[in-house]
Amino acid sequence: MYIYDEIDQRLVDERVAQFRDQTRRFLANRLTEEEFRALRLRNGLYIQRYAPMLRIAIPYGLLSSTQLRKLASIARRYDRGYGHFSTRQNLQLNWPRLEDVPEILAELATVQMHAIQTSGNCIRNVTTDHFAGVAADEIVDSFVWCELLRQWSTFHPEFNYLPRKFKIAVNGAVNDRAAVAVHDIGLHARRNAAGEVGFAVLAGGGLGRTPLIGRTLREFLPWPHLFSYVEAILRVYNRFGRRDNIHKARIKILLKEWGFEKFRDAVEAEWAHLKDGPATLTQADVERVQARFTRPAYEELPDEALPAGAWFQRNVHPHKVPGYAAVTLSLKKTGVPPGDATADQMDAIADLADRYSSGELRVSHEQNIILADVRQKDLAQLREEAKALGLATPNIGLITNIISCPGGDFCALANAKSIPVAEAIQRRFDDLDYQHDIGELDLNISGCMNACGHHHVGHIGILGVDKNGEEWYQVEIGGAQFPAALGKVIGPAFARADVPDVIEKLIHRYLAERDSEAERFVEVVHRIGIQPFKESVYGHAHQKPADRREPALA
Amino acid sequence: MATLIRNRQIAANPPSHSILRLEPDQDVAAVADRLVHVERVEVHFPKFGDGRGFSIAKLLRERYGYKGELRAVGHVVRDHLGPMEAVGFDSFLLKEDEDAEIALGAFSDFPIFAPAKLHR
Repeated sequence: MYIYDEIDQRLVDERVAQFRDQTRRFLANRLTEEEFRALRLRNGLYIQRYAPMLRIAIPYGLLSSTQLRKLASIARRYDRGYGHFSTRQNLQLNWPRLEDVPEILAELATVQMHAIQTSGNCIRNVTTDHFAGVAADEIVDSFVWCELLRQWSTFHPEFNYLPRKFKIAVNGAVNDRAAVAVHDIGLHARRNAAGEVGFAVLAGGGLGRTPLIGRTLREFLPWPHLFSYVEAILRVYNRFGRRDNIHKARIKILLKEWGFEKFRDAVEAEWAHLKDGPATLTQADVERVQARFTRPAYEELPDEALPAGAWFQRNVHPHKVPGYAAVTLSLKKTGVPPGDATADQMDAIADLADRYSSGELRVSHEQNIILADVRQKDLAQLREEAKALGLATPNIGLITNIISCPGGDFCALANAKSIPVAEAIQRRFDDLDYQHDIGELDLNISGCMNACGHHHVGHIGILGVDKNGEEWYQVEIGGAQFPAALGKVIGPAFARADVPDVIEKLIHRYLAERDSEAERFVEVVHRIGIQPFKESVYGHAHQKPADRREPALA
Repeated sequence: MATLIRNRQIAANPPSHSILRLEPDQDVAAVADRLVHVERVEVHFPKFGDGRGFSIAKLLRERYGYKGELRAVGHVVRDHLGPMEAVGFDSFLLKEDEDAEIALGAFSDFPIFAPAKLHR
């Protein structure tokens, strides 16, 4: 865990006082709706379909058991006894009262938490690999760099009113589990021949209604220049990003409209002035932050042979320290909205973290909980306890580990519901042997083209669309997180009731086409293209009784 | 009534002839050589959420070394003053009817808008 210093603590305390004052002024009609909107959004407070929604920051997904217990108690006291872990590694409460929010923020501040910059047109929570610091394929511990970026970007005075929201992701491992290529800025840690640390810098990636893969501005940026380079990108974006149309305001559109060369040249020209300036990072900066991270005291243990069984295969992950493993507690039990956890579950998870994983846990962007430092000899016991809590579904990486946004059941932006679709698919593929036979498959669902469910990078992606007030679902295939690829729409949208059948047809086609069990669904799509899948779903001559119009909202 | 705050105090606003007014889409480099000749630079904030002026202020102060009065005008309200001061503004013409006493409270806030500097 990163432990706050006095400045960190004072900042969140002052922020609570500031927001208390702003809420008071709003309720006394001293702030306009528009003014208060920008201010409350910077504290994670949205006005949603049925109630306000409060998005609490979990910086880079890292939580202590104490913090999770606090979240449980807040969910009980100020909400309806549950919370939703989002694809941005945050926690959302769906039913708080506006008047209570300053008090909730004050409670969060007592455990070094906040809701700062979880919404609004500013630099959002920096996200990373949920195996940071323990991954067997680690290049650097990305938490340290994320925390440096958190400090740099929190209340950055120049970038408080950007054209649109801004998301930075950092990957510190060989495999990219942070999907950096679909972020406004993606940072991929590298080491050069001399062993020095630097970053490949990508910009202009993103999902939403214009999904794009980020372009590489720098193959290797030495780490001391990290802030100044990011600052150069943000300054170019702040000055020249479009502000006339909210749907064209992300940095990816600027890059697209200008073209890669012009954009890169503008960033490089800006950076020429900032390079080696006050934003330059020093070894002392890095060490100061590093020193505030607590790490588990690992015992010297031998590696053990893992027991047989689906859970050990799917939910247990390699660890860089011998004798240890990382474990995923699945929040994807059939029938439970993906990413939701009750307050009681949160308390129970906090207890598991204390007993099995040094009191720390992580939230993954796949909306599960990770215990990162479990002794291999404790795995069997942990599995029994997790099972009793409904958190041991052995489906990590499989079709029922669905990523989903809250959708039309909660979200004011959604065109369609997501949760019932997720559940119907989970029920269809509930047979674990069948799931394991299908093998690795990411299925992602978004209730609208804002793409909070990351449907573009699902091997199968489902998008809720609105047509004349009815909910329809468009299906795309072939997307992937790493190496990043965007899915292709297979054809006209379907009614909700037809979605499980459609998915099953895709799966049957895959099973018939694959070379071997080793060839995953997404690889087959990339090898043979989408046409055979289209034929399986829509038939050759006569067509499915679905809407034949070209979807307007691709 | 729009009130002027300068150097953290309510101030009179005598007319001046040597003012350079910058719109948010203006190229700062193109006017850089005029900076030594003006008494004050005004940066216009056309609406609450338009943050281009923050970058313009940084450029004026850091790149072009402008030392004179730097005034934020337009949609300027209490909740902007902290970050505006942090990027180099020292003068603020509040938006019509913005309560100046409440706005002055911004300056007794903990300077949360410069955390990167605070940490170092």
